[in-house]
Amino acid sequence: MSSIAQKKGFGAAMWDYLTTVDHKKIAHLYLASGGIFFLIGGIEAMLIRIQLMKAGNDFLSAGTYNEVLTMHGTTMIFLAAMPILLAFMNAIMPLQIGARDVAFPFLNSLGFWLFFFGGVFLNLSWFLGGAPDAGWTNYASLAIASEGHGIDFYALGLTISGFGTLISGINFLVTIINMRAPGMTYMRMPLFTWTTFVASALILLAFPPLTVGVFFMVFDRMFGANFFDVTMGGNTIIWEHLFWIFGHPEVYILILPAFGIFSEIFAIFSRKRLFGYTALVFATILIGFYGFMVWAHHMFTVGLGPTANAVFALATMIIAVPTGVKIFNWLLTIWGGSISFTTPMMYAIGFIPSFVAGGVTGVMQAIAPLDYQLHDSYFIVAHFHYVIVGGVVLAILAATHLYWPKMFGTMLSEKLGKWTFWLFFIGFHLTFFIQHFLGLMGMPRRVYTFGADQGWDLFNAISSVGAVFMAAGVIILLVNVVMTSIKNERVGNDPWGDGRTLEWAIASPPPFYNFAQTPLVRGLDTFWIEKMEGNKEGMVYAEPLEEIHMPNGSFVPVVMSFGLFVASFGALYNMDGDKGWTIPVIIIGLAITFGSMLFRSLKDDLGFHISKEELMRDVKGGKSDGLK
Amino acid sequence: MDLNKKYTPQSWPDHPETATMEGKNKFIGFWLLLAAETVTFASLFATYLALKDKGPSGMEFAASNLFELPLVFAMTMILLTSSLTSVYAMYHMKNHNFKAMQAWLGITVLLGATFLGLEIYEFNHYVHLGFGYTHSAFSAAFYTLVGTHGAHVLFGLCWFIALMVRNSKRGLNMYNAPKFYLVSLYWHFIDVVWVFIFTVVYLMGVIG
Repeated sequence: MSSIAQKKGFGAAMWDYLTTVDHKKIAHLYLASGGIFFLIGGIEAMLIRIQLMKAGNDFLSAGTYNEVLTMHGTTMIFLAAMPILLAFMNAIMPLQIGARDVAFPFLNSLGFWLFFFGGVFLNLSWFLGGAPDAGWTNYASLAIASEGHGIDFYALGLTISGFGTLISGINFLVTIINMRAPGMTYMRMPLFTWTTFVASALILLAFPPLTVGVFFMVFDRMFGANFFDVTMGGNTIIWEHLFWIFGHPEVYILILPAFGIFSEIFAIFSRKRLFGYTALVFATILIGFYGFMVWAHHMFTVGLGPTANAVFALATMIIAVPTGVKIFNWLLTIWGGSISFTTPMMYAIGFIPSFVAGGVTGVMQAIAPLDYQLHDSYFIVAHFHYVIVGGVVLAILAATHLYWPKMFGTMLSEKLGKWTFWLFFIGFHLTFFIQHFLGLMGMPRRVYTFGADQGWDLFNAISSVGAVFMAAGVIILLVNVVMTSIKNERVGNDPWGDGRTLEWAIASPPPFYNFAQTPLVRGLDTFWIEKMEGNKEGMVYAEPLEEIHMPNGSFVPVVMSFGLFVASFGALYNMDGDKGWTIPVIIIGLAITFGSMLFRSLKDDLGFHISKEELMRDVKGGKSDGLK
Repeated sequence: MDLNKKYTPQSWPDHPETATMEGKNKFIGFWLLLAAETVTFASLFATYLALKDKGPSGMEFAASNLFELPLVFAMTMILLTSSLTSVYAMYHMKNHNFKAMQAWLGITVLLGATFLGLEIYEFNHYVHLGFGYTHSAFSAAFYTLVGTHGAHVLFGLCWFIALMVRNSKRGLNMYNAPKFYLVSLYWHFIDVVWVFIFTVVYLMGVIG
């Protein structure tokens, strides 16, 4: 392998991406596949809004509507929002701590391919007899009785992609614990690294309950176990508990990295040190901690009793405190700053009122008696879209603009970026603000249609118009991406001019070995410190230029994930009980997976070295950073 | 890393499992994986406790009349002993005594396989009594909890054997020492889970 740029054919580039263990290329893979799933989930959202555009619409049948609604939620959470955030974590976090790569490059690739095959498996349900239709929460009382294989696609697909996410979580944790550059103490880590750290810890502890719950579901449907069959002694509430013990931390797995992204943006474009860095760090940790103690607020109406409801109501209200701390820190970061209104900054400023609105309605629902009124109404739909779209999606769009130059070496158009922002932002509020009132007027969530005499026509029509604005915003973003890629104007290390942290001290895109010499971190916002002191070299380095040890690429992760993909088809059709080929398919699939695991374990993989001469050539040629 | 570098007990580091960057990463990563495994088993235990003795109306099986302690006690002692023998193996690994390490790992594998054999016998016995997997919510929760542990034992045995066979000719080096260390860590974890199963499922079950 050589760092010298060379023209490669399409096949070679494909093979490169299939075998890569480089965190920056894996980030591209996450962004591309997460982006495609985001478009699929967006199309599903548009179908929902078309169906609800007017009273008594028959655009979608009731059954199809259930499938579209379920797949919209599942796709957006598991296959769009999380992978796109993982893309930015992969692309940026190792650079922010000055690491050569993540701790386990091979597992990084495995995590991606497991997610990818899980997502493809789930979406193939559309073509193979129908998608899941019990909502993204897949409550057992609904799901057990669902006809066809939709639920099985959900259960097996999420199992595979869940393993991938768990692996990524462990990987990021170890990377941040072990691979920080000299001087990068915990309290000098950029906020995005901190939120990645806490979100990874949440992934580590929250995904196993989901996996267990989903396995119960599979066992019930496949082997005739009776976890959720009440007549056989089972209990469907177990699913609700396991799902929400996962599901509530999942919300924080999504929102904490979003907070991290906005923290970076506020500091960069206010040209100020983050106000209350320490408070922000501790608020992040507290949110992660409380995140595990509030799951039953999704279940107030189940009948857990007044004591349980009171405890979980209080815990839920407490979690609003650290979140409020963050909001004030951001406001005070902007206060007195020298603000530049770039596209990422517009998203960040738009995020604050949007997310506060979502937070306030969240506290309303924490009041258990009030929740009896709000539960399962459009008020809930409005609330969680304010949190997820107003928080996570705005962060994803902001990060796309902010980090595009670092990931691809060219800037997205600011003009089109602002168009996207205004269309999406207006569309978002137009769609979801009015849904609060629909909920208060009594419209239940997940209904496929409503009557003309119910008085919900106008508000639903307005909501659907808003969705068109959001779609237009996303289309302009796609145009922006295409136009930017065609123009391909290369940019330098610090294209925004005000970068503060280590990722802006390295070439855009960085060479495959990252920093030629590990930098020495001298404080919070370390690159800013060097800039202020007029350091011409960019950074101070912690080591002389030496040869670098790199991991080998590998095709094994693709094979390993593909084995589970194959086995899942066997397991799925085995439930029919009339097909002879299913058991062999399960065995072949698992043999592929465990065989490649054995191969990986037994074959020595010692990596390779980049020679000092090659690094010197890169540094002199301006392709790399390091002492000139 | 040079695989051909020869070590003596004198030049061998005190903690070969964390002497390299790769080793350090694996060490922390594996502890984190065990944290995830702990949550997995906690979910299974919680489900078991919720569904214990629950079944169709008129079910004759209950934990108090199903489980018999003598066999399970023997299994417990065998598995606990295998944990001890894996400690001996790691003791010799740290002293760079490859042959002794292999021997103790071999004993560990034999004990683990005996445990697994007894567990299969136990399950078979229950099934013959009519307490099959689909019998009730109780049976599903029981077999899933204990069976998941059994699957972990099986995976651990395969892992031990694969490492022992792969490295039988070339001895210990800095590349495979962390691998041996991790599998023994995994084995201890399995042991701890079994202690909880013995207490929560069998002892508390027999008490009623």
